[in-house]
Amino acid sequence: MAYVEHEHGVSHPISVYRSTSDLTLVVPRDLLIETLPKLKEEHHFIYLVDIVGTDRFVEGDRFEVLYNLIDLKQGRRLVVKTFADEDIPVLPSASAIWTNASWHEREIFDMYGVHFTEHPDLRRVYLPEDFEYYPLRKEFPLLGIPGSIDLPTSTPDQEASS
Amino acid sequence: MMELEQKSASPTFFKKHQESFYKSLEDKHTTLEFEDSDDPLNSRMVLNMGPSHPATHGVLRLLLQLNGETIEKAKLDLGYLHRGVEKIAENKTYQEFMPYTDRMDYLSPYSNNVALCLAVEKLADVEVPERAQYIRMIGAELARISAHLLWLGTMVMDSGAISFFIWTFREREKIYDIMDQLAGHRFTVSHARIGGVANDITDDAMALIKEFVQTFPKELKGFHSMLDRNRIFVDRNVDVGVVSTEKAIDLGATGPILRGSGYAYDIRRFEPYLKYDEMDFEIPTRLEGDNLARYYVRMEEMHESIRILRQCLDRLPKGPIRANDAKQAYPSKDEVYYSMEGMIHDFMMTDTGICPPEGAEVYHAVEAPKGELGYFIQSDGTGHPWRLKVNAPSFRNLQVLEHSLEGASISDTVLIIGSIDPVMGEADK
Amino acid sequence: MGLESALGEGFITTRVDDLVGWARANSTWPMPMGLACCAIEMMAFAGPRYDASRFGSEVMRFSPRQSDLLIVAGWCSYKMSHAVRRIWDQMPDPKWCIAMGACASTGGMHRCYGVVQGIDNFLPVDAYISGCPPRPDALLNALMTIQEKVKTEHSVLLDA
Repeated sequence: MAYVEHEHGVSHPISVYRSTSDLTLVVPRDLLIETLPKLKEEHHFIYLVDIVGTDRFVEGDRFEVLYNLIDLKQGRRLVVKTFADEDIPVLPSASAIWTNASWHEREIFDMYGVHFTEHPDLRRVYLPEDFEYYPLRKEFPLLGIPGSIDLPTSTPDQEASS
Repeated sequence: MMELEQKSASPTFFKKHQESFYKSLEDKHTTLEFEDSDDPLNSRMVLNMGPSHPATHGVLRLLLQLNGETIEKAKLDLGYLHRGVEKIAENKTYQEFMPYTDRMDYLSPYSNNVALCLAVEKLADVEVPERAQYIRMIGAELARISAHLLWLGTMVMDSGAISFFIWTFREREKIYDIMDQLAGHRFTVSHARIGGVANDITDDAMALIKEFVQTFPKELKGFHSMLDRNRIFVDRNVDVGVVSTEKAIDLGATGPILRGSGYAYDIRRFEPYLKYDEMDFEIPTRLEGDNLARYYVRMEEMHESIRILRQCLDRLPKGPIRANDAKQAYPSKDEVYYSMEGMIHDFMMTDTGICPPEGAEVYHAVEAPKGELGYFIQSDGTGHPWRLKVNAPSFRNLQVLEHSLEGASISDTVLIIGSIDPVMGEADK
Repeated sequence: MGLESALGEGFITTRVDDLVGWARANSTWPMPMGLACCAIEMMAFAGPRYDASRFGSEVMRFSPRQSDLLIVAGWCSYKMSHAVRRIWDQMPDPKWCIAMGACASTGGMHRCYGVVQGIDNFLPVDAYISGCPPRPDALLNALMTIQEKVKTEHSVLLDA
């Protein structure tokens, strides 16, 4: 916590709180692209554990994206939290900083439809590309939307000849 | 049998998906051209492997861009087991969700149960009795041995020996028997409960565990003597699928992959949970980063697990096995059957469940056999999680696979997948 | 046919039927469509303790072209269903199918958007096994049920 205050001063838009265990930095999304490399280069958070997306289901800043980082030198864990808007859910990609961010971002894109700019290969990771919905958004029903994914045609002749 | 397919015979279902998947192979270094005039022998081709392939350990699909026998570029297609457990979790109480964790990493269900329960306990601030913690450790270490045994059998099978699989399965059956006695189910145990465990270790289970701890090191020695100096096994694995330390950290490798690449990162030491800080054990680490290094790391981990099991059995204290607070944990069956309050509490726990404070967030990780298995939970004050995210080690290790396959030989693909040891149920969520 | 008239109507076809049925029933080679957790129990079924070779089914063939019995073990997602169906189509007749476990039979506990609620939505299933996952004994039982079914089928007449 001290180094954030040291770096930016207390009045800076970056705020800090401690969740049940881990220190969490709340970073506005326009500061994200300069904060993340700084954390890696200057504070040795070289190991990205996970990126979590959350749907807060509120007006404005609907999606939350959390970067779970580890400082391997001192053995600290840090969570960086940022928000994405519902209308234009776009965030800068972290895959140039940590290579493994790529798949985690694809997962968030798959589940919430948050786009990441300058991502090398932004495709859906789990669901087929033909699927049109984002299943982890709160308005998506648990049982899915009937007919949104195809089942195989049940006549064997059609399938065998393809 | 490999499903050999070229682009011309690409599957007809999910057209858009297949197109973008094949297209993802193309970048500034690679282009997909099948009628290449410079290449009359057509040595450059795309090999589509899976999703039904005996060596992908589940339903992984790989798209390999080949140049002769060398893999130029590899792309993985996950999601053939995707069912959306995170969505299910938002519609279940915390305790109701626990059986689903069994089906995430189904090679070591016990570790998964423990991971979820620990995360919820941290979120809702539940104190777990000491005996329950030891029982959880015993279960988790047995699960680790069981998962590594399955890896050993299938990996040696991938490198050419069929009968080895039968020997490791014989040992696994012993662990199944223990789980059967301990939890009432041989495979998907669902034994941990929020606030403790479901039931105490019976004398029969104790006798089986003691016998297993006695006999297993001998078997393990047998496995070592079979493989360590086996020319075929060593030659097929040494210098194959090398992941350097820097690359492993950059790619977010975890578990035996990271330790095999030379970084001793183990959650049991990094952020000790249960009673691991009181245990005396080593973190096996190798520097080479190849398949053989991962083999040694996992084999030594089994030794260390036996060591931890011995210490647990020595120190197992007497006492309750579940938190004695009806707001936090299920009451014991005696109470439920013979007292009105117990029955009401049981009903309340099943109906509403434990309600962590509103707005609380937690990330708790355990060292599962595949690596760091973490649960991120956001609570909205009700009995259902607002958001539950599983940080699956197999998902992260598969990303390492995508990169470490580049430059490898096609004949080593199966072995590299085997040594990465993914569980698709977990990676696909 | 001379022999037919001497021995009685349908004698040879029924006897040959029995012979073919007996041979088919005791050499059902499974195609293990191991999708999820049930696949591990299916491995135990082939393993030393439960020993499927007692029933002539130890030859697990991963090529659909060489197998007679599709064991779908585990939940089947919509994305996977196309692959399962293709494998079923590639298997030569006669063929049988076992839905192993609750998820393959009905969707089971995975009542959600990703999972097909029962593989009988796109496959003809001969035997369902309950349990999550079923024990290998239950799979053996299903195999024996299939064997009973195979033995009583009129294979020669159908093939002709």
